[in-house]
Amino acid sequence: MSYLFATPEEQQQMLAAIGVENLDDLFEQLPEDVRLNRELDLPPALSEIELDRMLRKISSDFATHGDRVCFQGGGAYDHFIPATVDEICSRGEFYTAYTPYQPEASQGTLQAFFEFQSLITALTGMDVANASLYEGASALAEAIIMAIRSTNRGSRVVISGTVHPEYIETVRTYLMRNECEIVIADAVDGVTDWQQAGSLINDQTAAVVVQHPNFFGCFEDVQSVVDQAHAAGALAIEVFDPVSLGVMKRPGDYGIDIAVAEGQSLGIPLQFGGPYLGIMACREKFVRKMPGRLIGQTVDRDGRRAFVLNFQTREQHIRRDKATSNICTNQGLMALRASVYISQLGPKGFVELGDQCHQKAAALADRLTEAGVGQLAYAQPFFKEFVFQFNRPVDEVIAAAQNAGFNLGPVLDRFEFPNGVPENSLLIAVTEKRTFDEIDRLVAALSR
Amino acid sequence: MDLSSLRYSQTHEWVHWDGNVATIGITDFAVSQLTDLVYVDLPKVGSEIKAGETCGEIESVKAVGELNSPLDGTVAEVNESLENELEKLSDSPFEAGWIFRLTPSDPSQIDALLDRAAYEKLCDEEGH
Repeated sequence: MSYLFATPEEQQQMLAAIGVENLDDLFEQLPEDVRLNRELDLPPALSEIELDRMLRKISSDFATHGDRVCFQGGGAYDHFIPATVDEICSRGEFYTAYTPYQPEASQGTLQAFFEFQSLITALTGMDVANASLYEGASALAEAIIMAIRSTNRGSRVVISGTVHPEYIETVRTYLMRNECEIVIADAVDGVTDWQQAGSLINDQTAAVVVQHPNFFGCFEDVQSVVDQAHAAGALAIEVFDPVSLGVMKRPGDYGIDIAVAEGQSLGIPLQFGGPYLGIMACREKFVRKMPGRLIGQTVDRDGRRAFVLNFQTREQHIRRDKATSNICTNQGLMALRASVYISQLGPKGFVELGDQCHQKAAALADRLTEAGVGQLAYAQPFFKEFVFQFNRPVDEVIAAAQNAGFNLGPVLDRFEFPNGVPENSLLIAVTEKRTFDEIDRLVAALSR
Repeated sequence: MDLSSLRYSQTHEWVHWDGNVATIGITDFAVSQLTDLVYVDLPKVGSEIKAGETCGEIESVKAVGELNSPLDGTVAEVNESLENELEKLSDSPFEAGWIFRLTPSDPSQIDALLDRAAYEKLCDEEGH
Protein backbone atom coordinates (compact mmCIF):
# COMPACT_ATOMS: atom_id res chain seq x y z
CA MET A 1 0.00 0.00 0.00
CA SER A 2 1.22 3.47 -0.82
CA TYR A 3 1.89 5.67 2.20
CA LEU A 4 0.96 8.82 0.33
CA PHE A 5 -2.65 8.29 -0.56
CA ALA A 6 -5.78 7.29 1.20
CA THR A 7 -8.39 7.12 -1.50
CA PRO A 8 -12.04 6.86 -0.42
CA GLU A 9 -11.91 3.16 -1.41
CA GLU A 10 -8.81 2.58 0.70
CA GLN A 11 -10.41 4.43 3.60
CA GLN A 12 -13.46 2.18 3.32
CA GLN A 13 -11.27 -0.92 3.26
CA MET A 14 -9.42 0.19 6.37
CA LEU A 15 -12.63 1.10 8.19
CA ALA A 16 -14.18 -2.24 7.24
CA ALA A 17 -11.10 -4.08 8.50
CA ILE A 18 -11.45 -2.56 11.97
CA GLY A 19 -15.21 -2.89 11.90
CA VAL A 20 -16.56 0.67 11.80
CA GLU A 21 -18.75 2.18 9.14
CA ASN A 22 -17.35 5.64 8.67
CA LEU A 23 -14.71 8.03 9.95
CA ASP A 24 -17.07 9.71 12.39
CA ASP A 25 -17.62 6.38 14.13
CA LEU A 26 -13.88 6.00 14.40
CA PHE A 27 -13.55 9.32 16.23
CA GLU A 28 -16.67 8.86 18.33
CA GLN A 29 -14.69 8.62 21.57
CA LEU A 30 -13.34 12.15 21.08
CA PRO A 31 -15.58 14.79 22.67
CA GLU A 32 -17.63 16.74 20.12
CA ASP A 33 -16.16 20.11 21.11
CA VAL A 34 -12.56 19.13 20.40
CA ARG A 35 -13.28 17.83 16.91
CA LEU A 36 -12.61 20.09 13.95
CA ASN A 37 -15.89 19.34 12.14
CA ARG A 38 -14.78 21.04 8.96
CA GLU A 39 -12.31 20.52 6.18
CA LEU A 40 -8.73 21.62 6.77
CA ASP A 41 -8.14 25.14 5.52
CA LEU A 42 -5.73 24.27 2.73
CA PRO A 43 -5.26 25.88 -0.67
CA PRO A 44 -6.19 23.76 -3.71
CA ALA A 45 -3.70 21.13 -4.80
CA LEU A 46 -0.90 22.30 -7.10
CA SER A 47 0.90 20.54 -9.88
CA GLU A 48 4.56 19.79 -9.27
CA ILE A 49 5.74 22.65 -11.49
CA GLU A 50 3.39 25.12 -9.76
CA LEU A 51 4.51 23.93 -6.36
CA ASP A 52 8.14 24.31 -7.36
CA ARG A 53 7.49 27.87 -8.55
CA MET A 54 5.65 28.77 -5.35
CA LEU A 55 8.37 27.40 -3.07
CA ARG A 56 11.06 29.26 -5.01
CA LYS A 57 9.07 32.46 -4.63
CA ILE A 58 8.73 31.94 -0.87
CA SER A 59 12.43 31.23 -0.46
CA SER A 60 13.43 34.27 -2.51
CA ASP A 61 11.32 36.42 -0.17
CA PHE A 62 13.62 35.40 2.65
CA ALA A 63 17.14 36.58 2.10
CA THR A 64 19.11 33.71 3.56
CA HIS A 65 21.53 34.54 6.31
CA GLY A 66 24.31 33.68 3.86
CA ASP A 67 23.34 36.66 1.69
CA ARG A 68 23.68 39.17 4.47
CA VAL A 69 26.00 39.19 7.42
CA CYS A 70 23.99 38.02 10.42
CA PHE A 71 23.93 39.98 13.67
CA GLN A 72 20.64 38.40 14.68
CA GLY A 73 19.96 36.46 17.83
CA GLY A 74 17.07 35.94 20.21
CA GLY A 75 17.36 32.16 20.41
CA ALA A 76 18.92 31.13 17.08
CA TYR A 77 22.47 32.07 16.11
CA ASP A 78 24.83 32.09 13.17
CA HIS A 79 27.76 30.18 14.59
CA PHE A 80 30.53 28.64 12.54
CA ILE A 81 30.08 24.97 11.68
CA PRO A 82 33.25 22.97 10.97
CA ALA A 83 33.06 21.05 7.68
CA THR A 84 33.60 17.79 9.55
CA VAL A 85 30.11 18.08 11.05
CA ASP A 86 28.41 17.78 7.65
CA GLU A 87 30.90 15.21 6.45
CA ILE A 88 30.44 12.83 9.38
CA CYS A 89 26.71 13.33 9.83
CA SER A 90 25.89 12.81 6.15
CA ARG A 91 27.14 9.23 6.27
CA GLY A 92 24.35 6.91 5.18
CA GLU A 93 24.32 5.04 8.48
CA PHE A 94 23.42 8.23 10.31
CA TYR A 95 21.49 10.26 7.79
CA THR A 96 17.91 9.45 8.55
CA ALA A 97 15.03 11.43 9.97
CA TYR A 98 13.89 8.25 11.67
CA THR A 99 15.52 7.39 14.96
CA PRO A 100 16.52 3.73 14.68
CA TYR A 101 16.22 2.52 18.25
CA GLN A 102 16.00 -1.23 17.98
CA PRO A 103 19.16 -2.10 19.92
CA GLU A 104 19.98 -5.15 17.82
CA ALA A 105 19.97 -3.06 14.66
CA SER A 106 21.49 0.16 15.79
CA GLN A 107 24.39 -0.08 18.19
CA GLY A 108 26.05 2.79 16.32
CA THR A 109 23.07 5.08 16.79
CA LEU A 110 22.76 4.16 20.43
CA GLN A 111 26.46 4.85 20.93
CA ALA A 112 26.09 8.24 19.22
CA PHE A 113 23.31 9.16 21.68
CA PHE A 114 25.37 7.84 24.58
CA GLU A 115 28.24 10.08 23.51
CA PHE A 116 25.82 13.00 23.17
CA GLN A 117 24.55 12.48 26.72
CA SER A 118 28.10 12.19 28.04
CA LEU A 119 29.20 15.38 26.27
CA ILE A 120 26.17 17.32 27.55
CA THR A 121 26.76 16.23 31.15
CA ALA A 122 30.42 17.26 30.85
CA LEU A 123 29.44 20.59 29.33
CA THR A 124 26.72 21.39 31.89
CA GLY A 125 28.23 19.81 34.99
CA MET A 126 24.95 17.97 35.53
CA ASP A 127 24.61 14.26 36.41
CA VAL A 128 22.39 13.00 33.60
CA ALA A 129 21.30 14.16 30.16
CA ASN A 130 18.66 12.55 27.99
CA ALA A 131 19.09 11.77 24.31
CA SER A 132 17.51 15.09 23.27
CA LEU A 133 14.06 16.62 22.82
CA TYR A 134 12.39 18.74 20.11
CA GLU A 135 13.91 22.13 20.84
CA GLY A 136 14.61 24.57 23.64
CA ALA A 137 11.12 25.91 24.30
CA SER A 138 9.42 22.53 24.64
CA ALA A 139 12.40 21.27 26.65
CA LEU A 140 11.61 24.03 29.17
CA ALA A 141 7.94 23.04 29.22
CA GLU A 142 8.92 19.40 29.79
CA ALA A 143 11.30 20.47 32.58
CA ILE A 144 8.49 22.32 34.34
CA ILE A 145 6.16 19.34 34.06
CA MET A 146 9.00 17.20 35.42
CA ALA A 147 9.39 19.57 38.38
CA ILE A 148 5.66 19.44 39.10
CA ARG A 149 5.85 15.64 39.09
CA SER A 150 9.00 15.51 41.21
CA THR A 151 7.83 17.92 43.90
CA ASN A 152 4.17 16.82 43.91
CA ARG A 153 3.33 20.51 43.78
CA GLY A 154 1.07 21.51 41.00
CA SER A 155 -0.12 24.94 41.86
CA ARG A 156 2.64 27.40 40.98
CA VAL A 157 5.65 27.94 38.78
CA VAL A 158 7.68 31.14 38.96
CA ILE A 159 9.35 32.15 35.70
CA SER A 160 11.73 35.04 35.33
CA GLY A 161 10.42 37.78 33.04
CA THR A 162 13.73 37.69 31.19
CA VAL A 163 13.19 34.15 29.90
CA HIS A 164 12.65 34.04 26.12
CA PRO A 165 9.04 35.23 25.67
CA GLU A 166 8.33 32.50 23.14
CA TYR A 167 9.54 29.89 25.61
CA ILE A 168 7.09 31.27 28.16
CA GLU A 169 4.36 31.09 25.53
CA THR A 170 5.25 27.45 24.86
CA VAL A 171 5.09 26.70 28.59
CA ARG A 172 1.64 28.32 28.74
CA THR A 173 0.51 26.14 25.85
CA TYR A 174 1.79 22.97 27.47
CA LEU A 175 0.19 23.82 30.80
CA MET A 176 -3.06 25.15 29.30
CA ARG A 177 -5.13 22.30 30.75
CA ASN A 178 -3.14 22.22 33.96
CA GLU A 179 -4.22 24.07 37.08
CA CYS A 180 -0.70 25.31 37.64
CA GLU A 181 -0.43 29.08 37.97
CA ILE A 182 2.40 30.58 35.93
CA VAL A 183 3.79 33.61 37.72
CA ILE A 184 6.19 35.90 35.86
CA ALA A 185 8.81 37.70 37.95
CA ASP A 186 9.45 41.33 37.01
CA ALA A 187 12.56 42.43 35.21
CA VAL A 188 14.25 45.68 36.16
CA ASP A 189 16.92 47.14 33.91
CA GLY A 190 17.22 43.93 31.88
CA VAL A 191 17.56 41.49 34.77
CA THR A 192 15.13 39.76 37.10
CA ASP A 193 14.27 41.44 40.34
CA TRP A 194 15.00 38.40 42.49
CA GLN A 195 14.06 40.21 45.69
CA GLN A 196 10.56 40.65 44.33
CA ALA A 197 10.66 37.15 42.87
CA GLY A 198 11.40 35.81 46.35
CA SER A 199 7.99 36.98 47.52
CA LEU A 200 6.36 35.05 44.67
CA ILE A 201 7.95 31.74 45.64
CA ASN A 202 5.80 29.92 48.18
CA ASP A 203 5.65 26.42 49.63
CA GLN A 204 3.42 25.32 46.77
CA THR A 205 5.90 26.34 44.09
CA ALA A 206 7.16 23.47 41.96
CA ALA A 207 9.87 25.32 40.08
CA VAL A 208 11.65 28.61 39.65
CA VAL A 209 12.94 29.26 36.14
CA VAL A 210 15.85 31.48 35.17
CA GLN A 211 17.54 32.03 31.83
CA HIS A 212 21.27 32.79 31.97
CA PRO A 213 22.45 34.70 30.05
CA ASN A 214 18.88 35.89 29.78
CA PHE A 215 16.84 36.78 26.69
CA PHE A 216 18.36 40.29 26.70
CA GLY A 217 21.85 38.78 26.86
CA CYS A 218 22.41 39.89 30.48
CA PHE A 219 23.73 37.79 33.36
CA GLU A 220 21.29 36.69 36.03
CA ASP A 221 21.95 35.98 39.68
CA VAL A 222 21.58 32.22 39.25
CA GLN A 223 22.87 31.35 42.71
CA SER A 224 20.15 33.42 44.29
CA VAL A 225 17.53 31.58 42.20
CA VAL A 226 18.87 28.21 43.30
CA ASP A 227 19.04 29.23 46.97
CA GLN A 228 15.56 30.73 47.02
CA ALA A 229 14.01 27.82 45.14
CA HIS A 230 15.62 25.23 47.38
CA ALA A 231 14.70 27.10 50.55
CA ALA A 232 11.06 26.84 49.48
CA GLY A 233 11.36 23.18 48.45
CA ALA A 234 11.03 24.05 44.76
CA LEU A 235 13.32 22.95 41.95
CA ALA A 236 15.58 25.43 40.16
CA ILE A 237 15.48 25.26 36.37
CA GLU A 238 17.99 27.06 34.18
CA VAL A 239 17.71 27.81 30.49
CA PHE A 240 21.35 28.04 29.44
CA ASP A 241 23.30 28.92 26.32
CA PRO A 242 25.55 25.96 25.48
CA VAL A 243 28.04 28.24 23.73
CA SER A 244 28.55 30.26 26.91
CA LEU A 245 29.73 27.31 28.98
CA GLY A 246 33.38 27.54 27.98
CA VAL A 247 33.65 30.88 29.77
CA MET A 248 30.78 30.91 32.27
CA LYS A 249 29.80 28.80 35.28
CA ARG A 250 27.88 25.69 34.35
CA PRO A 251 24.32 24.95 35.58
CA GLY A 252 25.72 22.09 37.68
CA ASP A 253 28.16 24.48 39.40
CA TYR A 254 25.22 26.48 40.77
CA GLY A 255 23.33 23.40 41.98
CA ILE A 256 20.62 23.71 39.32
CA ASP A 257 18.15 20.80 39.37
CA ILE A 258 17.12 20.73 35.71
CA ALA A 259 19.00 22.50 32.92
CA VAL A 260 17.56 22.96 29.44
CA ALA A 261 18.77 24.62 26.28
CA GLU A 262 18.30 25.11 22.61
CA GLY A 263 21.14 23.21 20.97
CA GLN A 264 20.96 24.92 17.56
CA SER A 265 24.21 26.74 18.26
CA LEU A 266 26.03 23.41 18.35
CA GLY A 267 26.59 22.67 14.69
CA ILE A 268 23.06 23.13 13.39
CA PRO A 269 22.60 25.76 10.66
CA LEU A 270 19.92 28.46 10.66
CA GLN A 271 17.12 27.06 8.56
CA PHE A 272 13.63 28.59 8.74
CA GLY A 273 13.44 27.85 12.44
CA GLY A 274 14.06 24.12 12.51
CA PRO A 275 14.76 21.29 12.99
CA TYR A 276 16.39 22.26 16.24
CA LEU A 277 17.65 20.37 19.27
CA GLY A 278 16.24 20.32 22.78
CA ILE A 279 18.81 19.69 25.48
CA MET A 280 17.82 18.51 28.96
CA ALA A 281 20.05 17.54 31.85
CA CYS A 282 19.22 16.98 35.49
CA ARG A 283 20.50 15.79 38.83
CA GLU A 284 20.57 12.05 39.23
CA LYS A 285 17.78 11.92 41.81
CA PHE A 286 15.28 13.13 39.19
CA VAL A 287 16.26 10.68 36.48
CA ARG A 288 13.09 8.62 36.73
CA LYS A 289 10.92 11.67 36.29
CA MET A 290 12.79 12.71 33.16
CA PRO A 291 10.99 12.47 29.82
CA GLY A 292 12.54 10.91 26.76
CA ARG A 293 15.19 8.33 26.24
CA LEU A 294 18.36 7.56 28.08
CA ILE A 295 21.01 5.36 26.59
CA GLY A 296 23.17 3.27 28.91
CA GLN A 297 26.45 1.48 28.47
CA THR A 298 26.82 -2.17 29.43
CA VAL A 299 28.53 -5.36 28.27
CA ASP A 300 26.96 -8.16 26.27
CA ARG A 301 27.18 -11.82 27.25
CA ASP A 302 30.63 -12.07 25.67
CA GLY A 303 31.87 -9.14 27.68
CA ARG A 304 31.89 -6.71 24.75
CA ARG A 305 30.95 -3.04 25.22
CA ALA A 306 27.32 -2.54 24.26
CA PHE A 307 24.67 0.18 24.45
CA VAL A 308 21.08 -0.17 25.56
CA LEU A 309 17.96 1.91 25.71
CA ASN A 310 17.56 2.51 29.42
CA PHE A 311 14.78 4.04 31.48
CA GLN A 312 12.43 3.61 28.58
CA THR A 313 9.64 2.32 30.78
CA ARG A 314 8.04 5.74 31.01
CA GLU A 315 7.95 6.26 27.27
CA GLN A 316 4.67 6.54 25.46
CA HIS A 317 5.03 3.19 23.68
CA ILE A 318 4.95 1.43 27.05
CA ARG A 319 3.14 3.80 29.38
CA ARG A 320 0.73 5.39 26.92
CA ASP A 321 -1.43 7.89 28.82
CA LYS A 322 0.79 7.59 31.89
CA ALA A 323 4.04 8.25 30.04
CA THR A 324 6.24 11.02 31.45
CA SER A 325 5.59 12.87 28.23
CA ASN A 326 3.54 12.14 25.18
CA ILE A 327 5.40 14.47 22.88
CA CYS A 328 9.06 13.98 23.50
CA THR A 329 10.76 12.89 20.37
CA ASN A 330 14.44 12.53 19.93
CA GLN A 331 16.26 14.75 17.46
CA GLY A 332 18.66 11.96 16.53
CA LEU A 333 20.43 13.58 13.63
CA MET A 334 20.61 16.97 15.35
CA ALA A 335 21.97 15.37 18.52
CA LEU A 336 24.60 13.68 16.39
CA ARG A 337 25.56 17.01 14.81
CA ALA A 338 25.90 18.51 18.27
CA SER A 339 28.08 15.61 19.42
CA VAL A 340 30.37 15.93 16.42
CA TYR A 341 30.51 19.71 16.84
CA ILE A 342 31.35 19.56 20.56
CA SER A 343 34.00 16.90 20.03
CA GLN A 344 35.55 18.86 17.17
CA LEU A 345 35.92 21.93 19.34
CA GLY A 346 37.10 20.18 22.47
CA PRO A 347 37.44 21.94 25.84
CA LYS A 348 39.97 24.49 24.57
CA GLY A 349 37.90 25.26 21.49
CA PHE A 350 34.90 25.90 23.70
CA VAL A 351 36.79 28.44 25.77
CA GLU A 352 38.01 30.12 22.58
CA LEU A 353 34.47 30.11 21.17
CA GLY A 354 32.96 31.76 24.25
CA ASP A 355 35.80 34.23 24.45
CA GLN A 356 35.46 35.34 20.84
CA CYS A 357 31.68 35.72 21.06
CA HIS A 358 32.03 37.86 24.13
CA GLN A 359 34.95 40.00 22.92
CA LYS A 360 33.30 40.75 19.61
CA ALA A 361 29.89 41.50 21.12
CA ALA A 362 31.52 43.86 23.61
CA ALA A 363 33.47 45.51 20.78
CA LEU A 364 30.32 46.11 18.75
CA ALA A 365 28.47 47.60 21.72
CA ASP A 366 31.42 49.89 22.48
CA ARG A 367 31.86 51.03 18.90
CA LEU A 368 28.17 51.71 18.41
CA THR A 369 28.18 53.79 21.59
CA GLU A 370 31.35 55.66 20.54
CA ALA A 371 29.79 56.34 17.15
CA GLY A 372 26.98 58.16 18.97
CA VAL A 373 24.10 56.16 17.43
CA GLY A 374 22.67 55.20 20.80
CA GLN A 375 23.57 53.35 23.99
CA LEU A 376 23.18 50.02 25.73
CA ALA A 377 19.58 49.76 26.89
CA TYR A 378 20.63 47.94 30.04
CA ALA A 379 23.83 48.69 31.91
CA GLN A 380 24.55 45.05 32.73
CA PRO A 381 27.30 42.57 31.92
CA PHE A 382 26.36 40.52 28.86
CA PHE A 383 27.73 37.54 26.93
CA LYS A 384 27.21 37.56 23.15
CA GLU A 385 23.99 39.49 22.87
CA PHE A 386 22.81 42.88 24.05
CA VAL A 387 19.86 45.24 23.74
CA PHE A 388 20.89 48.48 22.06
CA GLN A 389 18.77 51.58 22.18
CA PHE A 390 19.13 53.68 19.04
CA ASN A 391 18.60 57.41 18.68
CA ARG A 392 16.25 56.84 15.76
CA PRO A 393 13.40 54.43 14.95
CA VAL A 394 14.49 50.79 14.61
CA ASP A 395 12.85 50.50 11.18
CA GLU A 396 15.35 53.04 9.88
CA VAL A 397 18.22 51.28 11.63
CA ILE A 398 17.25 47.91 10.17
CA ALA A 399 16.81 49.37 6.67
CA ALA A 400 20.23 51.06 6.83
CA ALA A 401 21.82 47.82 7.99
CA GLN A 402 20.11 45.78 5.29
CA ASN A 403 21.20 48.18 2.55
CA ALA A 404 24.76 47.73 3.72
CA GLY A 405 24.38 43.92 3.74
CA PHE A 406 23.65 43.23 7.41
CA ASN A 407 20.75 41.60 9.23
CA LEU A 408 19.95 42.94 12.68
CA GLY A 409 17.33 42.00 15.21
CA PRO A 410 14.93 40.80 16.34
CA VAL A 411 12.89 43.93 16.98
CA LEU A 412 11.73 43.65 20.56
CA ASP A 413 8.25 45.04 19.80
CA ARG A 414 7.26 41.70 18.36
CA PHE A 415 7.37 40.13 21.83
CA GLU A 416 5.31 40.88 24.88
CA PHE A 417 7.21 41.84 28.01
CA PRO A 418 5.40 42.50 31.29
CA ASN A 419 7.57 45.57 31.96
CA GLY A 420 7.98 46.62 28.35
CA VAL A 421 11.30 47.45 26.70
CA PRO A 422 13.05 50.76 25.98
CA GLU A 423 11.88 52.53 22.85
CA ASN A 424 13.86 52.08 19.61
CA SER A 425 15.72 49.09 20.95
CA LEU A 426 17.01 46.04 19.12
CA LEU A 427 18.49 42.78 20.30
CA ILE A 428 21.88 42.32 18.61
CA ALA A 429 23.95 39.14 18.67
CA VAL A 430 27.58 38.69 17.73
CA THR A 431 29.08 35.25 17.23
CA GLU A 432 32.67 34.11 16.74
CA LYS A 433 31.91 34.03 13.01
CA ARG A 434 31.81 37.85 12.79
CA THR A 435 35.02 39.66 11.94
CA PHE A 436 36.17 42.99 13.33
CA ASP A 437 35.99 44.27 9.77
CA GLU A 438 32.29 43.36 9.60
CA ILE A 439 31.74 45.02 12.96
CA ASP A 440 33.39 48.22 11.73
CA ARG A 441 31.41 48.20 8.50
CA LEU A 442 28.14 47.76 10.43
CA VAL A 443 28.98 50.64 12.75
CA ALA A 444 29.87 52.80 9.73
CA ALA A 445 26.59 51.92 8.00
CA LEU A 446 24.57 52.86 11.08
CA SER A 447 26.51 56.07 11.65
CA ARG A 448 25.56 57.59 8.32
CA MET B 1 3.10 -15.90 56.49
CA ASP B 2 -0.04 -17.97 56.19
CA LEU B 3 -1.20 -16.98 52.72
CA SER B 4 -4.74 -18.11 53.44
CA SER B 5 -4.98 -15.44 56.16
CA LEU B 6 -4.40 -12.67 53.60
CA ARG B 7 -6.87 -10.89 51.35
CA TYR B 8 -6.10 -10.01 47.75
CA SER B 9 -7.06 -7.41 45.16
CA GLN B 10 -7.83 -7.99 41.51
CA THR B 11 -4.63 -6.06 40.75
CA HIS B 12 -2.42 -8.48 42.74
CA GLU B 13 -1.89 -6.61 45.99
CA TRP B 14 -2.16 -8.57 49.21
CA VAL B 15 -3.51 -7.19 52.49
CA HIS B 16 -2.73 -8.35 55.99
CA TRP B 17 -5.16 -6.95 58.54
CA ASP B 18 -4.28 -7.05 62.25
CA GLY B 19 -7.39 -5.21 63.40
CA ASN B 20 -5.70 -1.78 63.39
CA VAL B 21 -3.34 -1.54 60.50
CA ALA B 22 -3.42 -3.06 57.02
CA THR B 23 -0.05 -4.15 55.65
CA ILE B 24 0.05 -4.20 51.87
CA GLY B 25 2.39 -5.71 49.32
CA ILE B 26 2.31 -7.33 45.92
CA THR B 27 2.04 -11.08 45.43
CA ASP B 28 4.68 -13.50 44.17
CA PHE B 29 2.53 -13.89 41.04
CA ALA B 30 2.72 -10.13 40.34
CA VAL B 31 6.48 -10.15 40.90
CA SER B 32 6.93 -13.05 38.50
CA GLN B 33 4.80 -11.32 35.87
CA LEU B 34 6.84 -8.13 36.08
CA THR B 35 10.16 -10.05 35.82
CA ASP B 36 13.38 -8.14 36.55
CA LEU B 37 12.46 -5.38 38.98
CA VAL B 38 14.55 -2.22 38.95
CA TYR B 39 12.74 0.39 40.99
CA VAL B 40 9.89 1.00 43.35
CA ASP B 41 8.17 4.32 43.88
CA LEU B 42 6.63 4.21 47.35
CA PRO B 43 3.48 6.01 48.49
CA LYS B 44 3.93 9.15 50.63
CA VAL B 45 3.46 8.69 54.37
CA GLY B 46 0.44 10.66 55.54
CA SER B 47 -1.20 10.76 52.13
CA GLU B 48 -4.82 9.80 51.86
CA ILE B 49 -5.64 7.26 49.22
CA LYS B 50 -8.70 5.57 47.88
CA ALA B 51 -9.30 1.95 47.01
CA GLY B 52 -8.38 1.21 43.43
CA GLU B 53 -6.27 4.34 43.04
CA THR B 54 -2.66 4.25 42.04
CA CYS B 55 -0.37 5.16 44.92
CA GLY B 56 3.00 3.99 43.66
CA GLU B 57 4.87 2.27 40.90
CA ILE B 58 6.92 -0.86 40.48
CA GLU B 59 9.24 -0.72 37.54
CA SER B 60 10.81 -3.65 35.81
CA VAL B 61 13.28 -3.71 32.94
CA LYS B 62 10.52 -3.58 30.37
CA ALA B 63 7.45 -2.10 32.00
CA VAL B 64 6.01 -0.07 34.83
CA GLY B 65 3.45 -1.74 37.04
CA GLU B 66 1.11 0.28 39.17
CA LEU B 67 0.73 -0.14 42.86
CA ASN B 68 -2.93 0.26 43.70
CA SER B 69 -4.39 0.67 47.10
CA PRO B 70 -6.87 -2.10 47.92
CA LEU B 71 -8.52 0.09 50.59
CA ASP B 72 -9.40 3.68 51.45
CA GLY B 73 -7.20 5.11 54.15
CA THR B 74 -4.11 7.01 55.24
CA VAL B 75 -0.59 5.78 54.56
CA ALA B 76 0.94 5.12 58.00
CA GLU B 77 4.34 3.71 57.09
CA VAL B 78 6.32 2.69 54.02
CA ASN B 79 9.03 0.07 53.67
CA GLU B 80 11.91 2.40 52.89
CA SER B 81 14.42 -0.46 52.90
CA LEU B 82 13.02 -1.51 49.51
CA GLU B 83 14.67 1.46 47.86
CA ASN B 84 18.07 -0.14 48.36
CA GLU B 85 17.08 -3.80 48.70
CA LEU B 86 14.63 -4.32 45.91
CA GLU B 87 15.36 -8.05 45.93
CA LYS B 88 13.17 -8.32 49.02
CA LEU B 89 10.19 -7.97 46.67
CA SER B 90 11.14 -11.10 44.76
CA ASP B 91 12.76 -13.06 47.61
CA SER B 92 10.11 -12.44 50.22
CA PRO B 93 7.06 -10.78 48.70
CA PHE B 94 4.75 -11.59 51.63
CA GLU B 95 7.09 -10.66 54.51
CA ALA B 96 10.28 -8.63 54.11
CA GLY B 97 8.89 -7.27 50.84
CA TRP B 98 5.83 -5.56 52.34
CA ILE B 99 5.39 -2.16 50.71
CA PHE B 100 3.24 0.07 52.90
CA ARG B 101 1.00 0.15 55.93
CA LEU B 102 -2.37 1.83 55.84
CA THR B 103 -4.84 2.97 58.46
CA PRO B 104 -8.08 2.07 56.69
CA SER B 105 -10.93 4.56 56.92
CA ASP B 106 -13.45 1.80 56.25
CA PRO B 107 -12.16 -1.59 57.45
CA SER B 108 -15.30 -3.28 56.15
CA GLN B 109 -13.85 -2.87 52.63
CA ILE B 110 -11.51 -5.71 53.52
CA ASP B 111 -14.38 -8.17 53.32
CA ALA B 112 -14.93 -7.28 49.70
CA LEU B 113 -11.40 -8.38 48.74
CA LEU B 114 -10.61 -11.84 47.37
CA ASP B 115 -9.77 -14.73 49.66
CA ARG B 116 -6.90 -17.09 48.84
CA ALA B 117 -9.01 -19.55 46.83
CA ALA B 118 -10.55 -16.82 44.69
CA TYR B 119 -7.16 -15.21 44.19
CA GLU B 120 -5.56 -18.49 43.08
CA LYS B 121 -8.37 -18.90 40.58
CA LEU B 122 -7.67 -15.38 39.26
CA CYS B 123 -3.97 -16.18 38.85
CA ASP B 124 -4.79 -19.40 37.02
CA GLU B 125 -6.97 -17.47 34.58
CA GLU B 126 -4.39 -14.72 34.04
CA GLY B 127 -1.51 -17.17 33.83
CA HIS B 128 -2.96 -18.76 30.71
